[in-house]
Amino acid sequence: MAWWRQDWIRRLVTSLAVVAVVELMTGPSGSFAAPTTGLIGSYNERVSVYGLFVGRRWMVFLVLALVFFGVWSAWLRWGPRTRASWRSTMATPREMAARRPVRWGFYLVLLVVAGFLPHLVNDPYWQSVLVEQIAVFVLLALGLNVVVGFAGLLDLGFVAFYAIGAYTTAWVTGALPTPAPFGIHLNPFWAIPVAIVFVMVAGILLGTPTLRLRGDYLAIVTLGFGEIITIFANNLYGITGGSYGSGGTSGSHPIPHFSISLGPIHYRWTLAPVPYYYLTLVFVVLFILGFSLLEHSRIGRAWTAIREDEVAAESVGINPLKYKVMAFAIGAASAGFAGVVTASQSNFIFPATFTLQLSINVLVLVIFGGMGSIPGVVAGAVVIQTVSMYLIHTPPAGFQESDLYMYIGALLIVTMIFRPAGLIPSRRRRREIILSEAGEAHADEVLTGDVA
Amino acid sequence: MGAFAHFLAGHFDTLRLEFWSLLVGGVANGFIYGMVAVGYTLVYGVLRLINFAHSEIFMTGGFASYFVLRAVMGTSVPSGWATFGVILVGIVVGGTAGALAATLLERVAYRTLRRRNAPKLAYLISAIGASYFLFNLAGKEFGRYNESMPQPYINHPVFTIFGAPVQLYYLVIVAAGAVMWLVLDRFVAATKLGRGIRAVAQDAETASLMGVNIDRTIAITFALGGALGGVGGFLFGLGSGVVYTMGFVPALKAFTAAVLGGIGNLRGAMIGGLILGVVESLSIAFVQAAYFDVVAFAILVLVLLVRPTGILGERLGRSA
Repeated sequence: MAWWRQDWIRRLVTSLAVVAVVELMTGPSGSFAAPTTGLIGSYNERVSVYGLFVGRRWMVFLVLALVFFGVWSAWLRWGPRTRASWRSTMATPREMAARRPVRWGFYLVLLVVAGFLPHLVNDPYWQSVLVEQIAVFVLLALGLNVVVGFAGLLDLGFVAFYAIGAYTTAWVTGALPTPAPFGIHLNPFWAIPVAIVFVMVAGILLGTPTLRLRGDYLAIVTLGFGEIITIFANNLYGITGGSYGSGGTSGSHPIPHFSISLGPIHYRWTLAPVPYYYLTLVFVVLFILGFSLLEHSRIGRAWTAIREDEVAAESVGINPLKYKVMAFAIGAASAGFAGVVTASQSNFIFPATFTLQLSINVLVLVIFGGMGSIPGVVAGAVVIQTVSMYLIHTPPAGFQESDLYMYIGALLIVTMIFRPAGLIPSRRRRREIILSEAGEAHADEVLTGDVA
Repeated sequence: MGAFAHFLAGHFDTLRLEFWSLLVGGVANGFIYGMVAVGYTLVYGVLRLINFAHSEIFMTGGFASYFVLRAVMGTSVPSGWATFGVILVGIVVGGTAGALAATLLERVAYRTLRRRNAPKLAYLISAIGASYFLFNLAGKEFGRYNESMPQPYINHPVFTIFGAPVQLYYLVIVAAGAVMWLVLDRFVAATKLGRGIRAVAQDAETASLMGVNIDRTIAITFALGGALGGVGGFLFGLGSGVVYTMGFVPALKAFTAAVLGGIGNLRGAMIGGLILGVVESLSIAFVQAAYFDVVAFAILVLVLLVRPTGILGERLGRSA
């Protein structure tokens, strides 16, 4: 064997390459006018690590690469044994059943913590992040999880449903340039069922023709659909207000806040985020309960069957198209509700909110958290959104807000290479991936199409 | 009804008056779509996967040629043979950069997964991740604004067709596209490596038993597609400038072209590109500029619903 093909050399080269890319990612930015600022600066800039070490970035780079190489080699040497000892502690189904009360107790504790959370973070920035960036994204991730995780369909235009939910809310509350239906301006509470029905119908309309397609085509068609919705929202000035947002050029019609007037109870939500947080939390819990029931219902099992082997599923009498369309419509529902919350809380909506990037952002929450695993998806959304918002709020040196999607893209690749089942894997999904890697079955049979 | 007929007549009038100039522009665009579509088709042929990161290979080609041309040309305005030299340099650099980027991409985002026999969804997601990572990295390193390519000034008309001027720029696109496509077609049809590509496309497992090096064949396939995509990026950038997101829309359209012609089919990719370019260009007479990009997407959905195998049908193995 040639010397450069030895394993340790490969590991060393890979370690150097990985750390070199990380240096580039975390280094200063450049421009067309000064392309070397970023490219060379990333390695040559002066750094000071708490004053203990003063030098150039490339020195840090060498140290990091060596550490990375060392950890990697150690893992190869001792990892399998450690991993085996972990595996022996993994629960059998019987033990899982015995642990169920513990698990529910844990979820209850989490819920109580979630209830106190806005008072624990007494900072206005983080309070609004809780609603606008975490709760709403948990809803979106839960919905996309039904499509990607349960049914195994890659939807890259999920933002379209979010947009439809938000614009429907604006429409029925009378906040769009186009008049509300029958001239009735509804309370946002009534917009919830209307928006959910609208997005589900949109899901059916989009799904029925496109879900016949192979999975990779579906991804592109949904991607295009997401773009088209944005193009329309941006250009139909008379209907959506175009790029001026829901108020149109006059900008005089805010989307109202939620308000309740039931017998002796009168309450009106305002711009303040905390009441919106509690409202959203209630719906998050409802959606989690609903989707978990669905996962183990007849419908959920049909999704699993289609995901694992569409032909076999069809031969036992499952109509794949019907169940795939259902996944689209049901997944869209939570995105529609997220649209209602966003529209009502922020008073105005703009097409610029509903970009392809947002679809990818939601996708990464699902993938990183664990496809098909509801606790995973919620954890993924909370972790990633918190870290993202922290980075945006207190940017470290060399970080710009627009770099966020670079990290998100890298995270997608890294997750797929090292932990394809995600942070908290769904047991079923993990089994599928392990079987597929052992060459015994195909996970996501839907996507294999005509492979010989 | 009368009003509608009048409205339509107005549009047809525009179409009649502008037909030839729209056609010329459409053909040029179509050649660029075709070049990029070849990349999708080749990769699809051997791996049965859509390479979502192909848009970033296109972008890499554009960026690399931008920087090299800027270094080579400085502030000079080339004329005569120097113009062609500049264009040639751009094409070579764009193609090389595209091929390198594609090979690297295959190495990192595809081969690691293939080694593990990962499910198909994993490849799609990893490629989407790669795409986002690459264009945002380009945005970070070179700024998030549009920069025009150093100009060899080839926008002057060479001759006219029915009164429609044909710019030298369009001729360059057509010539580059036609030559590269012919070479590629012959390469796949008549060389040993090309035979390897076709064999892998037909049946990878059997091909490997017959002594075809699968890893190398796949890498070469990516490199070939990447080279054409990179040249596409350069030629596109020459007209529209370079920006970190430049790949997204042309790649989506090139994918449409690949599906239109029959994905996995090399000739189909070029024909699909031409048809798409022309139809899209002629549609300018009927739709507002804001909805221009919607046309290609509508065509994509229509093709997928009516004839998902495309005009010439699938299969790279049979294309030659």
